[in-house]
Amino acid sequence: MPEMLSLSNDPILFVTVMLAKILAVFIVVILIVAYATYAERKIIGRMQTRLGPTMTGPLGLLQPIADGLKLFFKEDIIPAQASKFAFVLAPMMILVPAFITIAVVPFGGNVVVGGYTVPLQIADLNVGILYILAMAGLGVYGIVLAGWASNNKYSLLGGVRSAAQMISYELAAGLSIISVFMLSETLSLRGIVEAQAGGITDWYIFSQPLAFCLFVITSLAEVNRTPFDLPEAETELVSGFCTEYSSMKYALFFMAEYANMVVISAVTATLFLGGPAGPFPGAINLLLKIFFFMFVFIWIRATFPRVKYNQLMYMGWKIFLPLALLNIVITGAVVVF
Amino acid sequence: MEILQQLFFYLVALVSVISGFLVIRCKNPINSAISLVMTFFCLAMFYVMLHAPFMAAIQLMVYAGAIMVLIIFVIMLLNLGSEVVGRYRHAVTGAFIASGLMFFQILILIKKGDVSTVPGAINAEVVETVGHTELIGKALFTDFLLPFEIASILLLVAIVGAVVLAKRDV
Repeated sequence: MPEMLSLSNDPILFVTVMLAKILAVFIVVILIVAYATYAERKIIGRMQTRLGPTMTGPLGLLQPIADGLKLFFKEDIIPAQASKFAFVLAPMMILVPAFITIAVVPFGGNVVVGGYTVPLQIADLNVGILYILAMAGLGVYGIVLAGWASNNKYSLLGGVRSAAQMISYELAAGLSIISVFMLSETLSLRGIVEAQAGGITDWYIFSQPLAFCLFVITSLAEVNRTPFDLPEAETELVSGFCTEYSSMKYALFFMAEYANMVVISAVTATLFLGGPAGPFPGAINLLLKIFFFMFVFIWIRATFPRVKYNQLMYMGWKIFLPLALLNIVITGAVVVF
Repeated sequence: MEILQQLFFYLVALVSVISGFLVIRCKNPINSAISLVMTFFCLAMFYVMLHAPFMAAIQLMVYAGAIMVLIIFVIMLLNLGSEVVGRYRHAVTGAFIASGLMFFQILILIKKGDVSTVPGAINAEVVETVGHTELIGKALFTDFLLPFEIASILLLVAIVGAVVLAKRDV
């Protein structure tokens, strides 16, 4: 294997390759986000014996673009009583953590470019998993700020609910990942993928089924998807924290929700399903796994009713947290003995 | 490369000082809290620049991700107005003088001290090869085991205390 490409041995090539990787990942995520809205409407439509969008382009395929254009040309309203700075800042604060989390997800092995080894991953952080958890923690500010800055009772309730929900479920999500890196003995996502490289039986979904279930459910709660979409429960809170938002700012909230779905699908695939491992070339395997999880999330939305708030808190603190702790104890015992 | 690093340091330092200033100057408690989050973020960047990625991630997770969310939660529920500020003018002046004195004291101490030139056992190369998380883990469970356990007992006491306080009426 040739030398690793870095800033010291070929600065120009390094910067070019880096920019190319960032651009490629960004475009792919944006495309998935755009067509996830289409897929969601189509799949839920079919599950409810409707057709979903059909009019815009063949099979309604141009619907996301039409929606985007429509939102772009809508009037941008900022309520007179709103706290302006926080109101404008909130959509950005929710979108940015969603997008930068994807930087640590590896989408392939190493390739050789211009005589140097280049890893197919934007940044291989030594503390990859902790970085993901930290960014998930920052994501809550967008929702809380949006709820508070709108100066609207429904928005405020949405923001408060979201803060409580995120704090409760972050703990269980973090604890369920701990058992994974007890097995892999590294926090780097690349290291975790390498630890699962020995074929399908090495995937952590088989050695850590409980952690897998806990992580999927708690991360569903962290990105506010049905059945945990209490911050924007439309039957009781109009649309929760984004009630007062319009135009592109509203679109940013929507994009953030789908970007978060892509991110947790990618992270789950990396932690439990071997990441880019599989029968096809690296990135395609990862994309297939992401699509699978996205489909499951949409399916869950079409199937389950929203949980009640007391049920949500009860599940988070009295079921998921003890189960995650139990899983850590069992894993620890297995690793030691 | 050195110049780039220095420029980046000055940029982050500028942002952290400005947002630290905004924490005490903002009329609205929520804006102060957001500035404090920004300060924590800048601190995390300093940790990264000092080859301590684990500290950076924990800083963001614990302070920005958990503690500040709780603080904002409480502020939102209390719905504090901005009229509280006016009553504490003399306290602000006192604090200003005290912190100014402390600042000069620290400057003098740093100038007198010789810590910055003594290299320790752990430097950037060791962190690169062994890994920061591994180093901290090993130190916590060998050299600093007693303080670590004492801290965990302290936390346990706090949890029990919280439960007792919350359950008193039931």
